[in-house]
Amino acid sequence: MTSTVPISLQRRFDLTIDGKDVTVTEGQTILEACRQVQVDIPTLCYLETLTPVNVCRLCVVEVKGSRTLVSACSRKVEPKMEILTDSSRVNTSRRMVLELLASSVDLSLADDEVGHWMQQYDVHPERHGPQSDPAEEGERDRGHAGEHKAIDGSTAETVAQPIKRDNGQYLRDYSRCILCYKCVEACGVDAQNTFAIAVAGRGFEARISTEYNVALPESACVYCGNCVAVCPTGALMPTIEFDLRESGKWDPKSQTVTQTVCPYCGVGCNLELHVQDNQIFKVTSPLDHSTTSGNLCIKGRFGFEFVH
Amino acid sequence: MGSDIALANTIGRHIIHAGLSNSDFIRRATINFDVYAKSVEPFTLEVGEKLTGIPGTAIAQLAEDYARADRAQLCWTLGITEHHTGTDNVLALCNLALLTGHVGRYGSGLVPLRGQNNVQGGGDMGAIPNKLPGFQDIETDTFAREQFEARWGTPLPRTKGWHLSQMFDAMETGELTSLYIIGENPAQSEADVKKARHLLTGLEHLVVQDIFLTKTAELADVVLPATASWAESDGTVTSSERRVQRVRRAVVQPAGSRDDVEIICQIAAKMGHDWGSPTAEQVWDELRSLSPMHAGMSYRRLEELGGLQWPCYDENHPGELFLHGRLWDEPITGPPATFSATPFEPPLDELDSEFPIRLTTGRRLDSFNTGVQTGAYSSPIRSKEALALSPEDMGAYKLQDGDRVLVRSRRGGIEAPVRTDPTLRSGLAFLTLHFPDQVDTNLLTIDTWDKKAGTAEFKATAIAIERLGQDATPNDHSDKRVDK
Repeated sequence: MTSTVPISLQRRFDLTIDGKDVTVTEGQTILEACRQVQVDIPTLCYLETLTPVNVCRLCVVEVKGSRTLVSACSRKVEPKMEILTDSSRVNTSRRMVLELLASSVDLSLADDEVGHWMQQYDVHPERHGPQSDPAEEGERDRGHAGEHKAIDGSTAETVAQPIKRDNGQYLRDYSRCILCYKCVEACGVDAQNTFAIAVAGRGFEARISTEYNVALPESACVYCGNCVAVCPTGALMPTIEFDLRESGKWDPKSQTVTQTVCPYCGVGCNLELHVQDNQIFKVTSPLDHSTTSGNLCIKGRFGFEFVH
Repeated sequence: MGSDIALANTIGRHIIHAGLSNSDFIRRATINFDVYAKSVEPFTLEVGEKLTGIPGTAIAQLAEDYARADRAQLCWTLGITEHHTGTDNVLALCNLALLTGHVGRYGSGLVPLRGQNNVQGGGDMGAIPNKLPGFQDIETDTFAREQFEARWGTPLPRTKGWHLSQMFDAMETGELTSLYIIGENPAQSEADVKKARHLLTGLEHLVVQDIFLTKTAELADVVLPATASWAESDGTVTSSERRVQRVRRAVVQPAGSRDDVEIICQIAAKMGHDWGSPTAEQVWDELRSLSPMHAGMSYRRLEELGGLQWPCYDENHPGELFLHGRLWDEPITGPPATFSATPFEPPLDELDSEFPIRLTTGRRLDSFNTGVQTGAYSSPIRSKEALALSPEDMGAYKLQDGDRVLVRSRRGGIEAPVRTDPTLRSGLAFLTLHFPDQVDTNLLTIDTWDKKAGTAEFKATAIAIERLGQDATPNDHSDKRVDK
């Protein structure tokens, strides 16, 4: 019989977080141990329902004896670990990560907490100079691995490029993309197993792309929208929400979110209907519900028009 | 297609002969094994291969993997049930679970996947002809019937009613002259739909309560506009895993439409019965007082726990993750499980030289049933409905994608474009039922139904294909289509 180790048989041991003794359970990550004692660790690429990919480097902490900073989201706790979450090394690293992201990516629609972290870590992206000109349509997609262009240092490099709007359901604004990989993971083994998107290119040329950069309707995409649901910066957005924002009618104060059950098949996915002016503009699903852990299919995510 | 029993029986025989049956479980928890073993004896791997087209070695491997697995589930949808042998198809799968003990344990079991968000709940609430709410039998469970009679203050019928297929038979014989349809579109969804439309048109009185003016509603004498239950009203639905969950009102319904509960109570009032104007929760609480398996599911608990799986007998009961665990009690609780002999019968709509191709029907990912709901949204992966054929048959009939064909069955004919589908094997064709206004698939299907469950044999139609002229617009993305 294959099974996970029963909770009662898992070892418990002690370590310290910022000098305080904490008892943890074997198998936990440093991030989980910190959250258990209300120590805040900022994260961008981490999500409870996805496998940690360690790419954003925002959750780094110092572990005594470790040469490099370690990512809290994936590193497992060990007995007698001495963890520092608020050292100057940690804070410098987090400031640098946020500053480089904010100087090159549009974070204006990122989760509110990103703004709080920018203040907390004293982030000043403007010191890298004014943003360079946005890329032309398709320019960033033509970059090959290993290809770099010379930088003059007077402007901050940017990932800005025109929005990709190639289907009726959601659009891709990669000017807002921080390459957190969440969409790639949700499209792949962590949820949908469709593999319509992956990271193409290396270094600053890296970007999320369909196979051979084809438009979404020609790709393997099945429009489950599970990528849209996990995007933390608004780079992936339902078209209805985008148009509502563009038209100037966006009004968070008048919006409601109601939890209900999908009207289609018998799985019983929970839906959160986001409504403004009696119109559904977005459908999400609660991450912590056991039925599908936040994932939906095209019908549940986008098939609500018939109500209107 | 339609050889599910042959496959299951071959798997069963191989498990027995390979010595992989769970003889301890069979002895402790089942009866009728000998009858079953004898009935599957003719289904050697060679016979199985001949009847199903699946290589005998693959059947043997599947049988051994299933029998040896620590945990194994058999999941199925309408491909098993929409046959004239639908009930026996299911029993043939139950036999395999009993043979291996893959039932009543965490991670093992038999899993009919429901095709609609509340088809389980509909049955649980008594929307089947022989059951009261809570799956209590109206003919044999006298105690339950008396509880309902006492609560409702009126005598209830002591005999079961008709199921859907019997209702259409009764329309044909003139026994059924009036019909009140809620949220169903039989004028497009029934097998042999031409006949169904004729019978619906011939009714003396037809009432349709729906959220759209469906093709069925167009035939009605009275149409009652209802609200979309999942977004415009409060209540509960029950999913495939027996989980009762709350649906909630998120938007205000269009002017003139009313909640189902309100409509029914107002009709009752017109008939001289004051049922008041109960909330969804009040209706649910009445159900809980009469259906023991729902008794512990208060709205408060459904809210807190994200739903509960029946049976849930009281407010401390956690619900049941899986059923039939009783078969593992020592000794077992309740009656033993029965093996059934499941004789193989091919589909009734026989293949012959005139109708040589087997048509099966189903759904595609982005659409749903007759398209009443999914027709309204623009799906980037929706393509124009076409008869899907294997590459071999496309070659044999000298067809190219987009060519138009006349598809005939023994009941009727339709025109449709064709499309190559490499996942189909030679001799098998596929159509959906999503776009009856473009391709009226159910003009072809046979309305013969399973005598035990009343389900029509949608999944196996004999068709003939004849090439017509070129289609002007092959396979375009018809995402502007609105079908209400």
